[in-house]
Amino acid sequence: MAADPAPPWRALLTYNLMVVDRHGEGELDRLFHALADKTRRDILRRAAGGELSVSRLAEAYPISFAAVQKHVAVLERAELVRKERRGREALVRTDPEALRRAREALDRLESAWRERVEQMSKLLAEELEDEKGRR
Amino acid sequence: MSVASVEKDLDTLTLTVVADFDAPLERVWDLWADPRKLERWWGPPGYPATVTKHELTAGGEVAYYMTGPDGKRYGGWWEVIEVDPPRSIRFRDGFADEEGNRVEEMPVSEAVVVLSERDGGTRMEMRATYAERGQFEQVLEMGMEQGIREAMGQMDALLA
Repeated sequence: MAADPAPPWRALLTYNLMVVDRHGEGELDRLFHALADKTRRDILRRAAGGELSVSRLAEAYPISFAAVQKHVAVLERAELVRKERRGREALVRTDPEALRRAREALDRLESAWRERVEQMSKLLAEELEDEKGRR
Repeated sequence: MSVASVEKDLDTLTLTVVADFDAPLERVWDLWADPRKLERWWGPPGYPATVTKHELTAGGEVAYYMTGPDGKRYGGWWEVIEVDPPRSIRFRDGFADEEGNRVEEMPVSEAVVVLSERDGGTRMEMRATYAERGQFEQVLEMGMEQGIREAMGQMDALLA
């Protein structure tokens, strides 16, 4: 992620996820891409316990070990899972941070609408003032 | 008078905002229906919007860009699904690049806005959801959050 944005940026972030994406170098894009696949979502669920190796995970699917490895790599790039070395094995762990990001998307939308409602109120009040002035 | 209530549903990634305005319904509708008015409240403070296309009809498109203090443009679009003037509008809300081309990989939300008369003013109920793409929704539905909570609990127990 890019450094914490200055205040004007922060205001815009609440509106435009794309800006976040640009400054996060495709982070959001990778996140959505990673979540778009059923097997990968299933891997996320299974890996929430954090004690499964890639080979153990692979046993659960009717696809090759290499294919499962590929899915794990996509999840890793999206920062949805982390791999931890333990001896000769690599353990896969789902990263709760990723869920936090999902929650943040909703929080951003909330602040955007709160600001919009405020601006709508102001605009309506201005119109009322203008009318009074004209009368 | 402004926001009366906010509700967030993480399972469906839906946000519901209810706001009350001290103005007649037609006036509030105009904030949506008049592009020059829309420009004044859609973007965040300091990022005024310029609406380049405004077709408030079913299947119509609204296109805009916001201009930042540094002159940089941030584009966006709506795809209007249904309109019932002056009471409701349903549209898909997405992002565009600086040239106004849609960025399809980015999350698209769907918003429903309903206006009604209330106590001499107007109530606006806005419901926006990201669930259309279903991605986050499915992840949350399959109990991932619970799985993580359990996993964290196990970790706590081990560390205690």
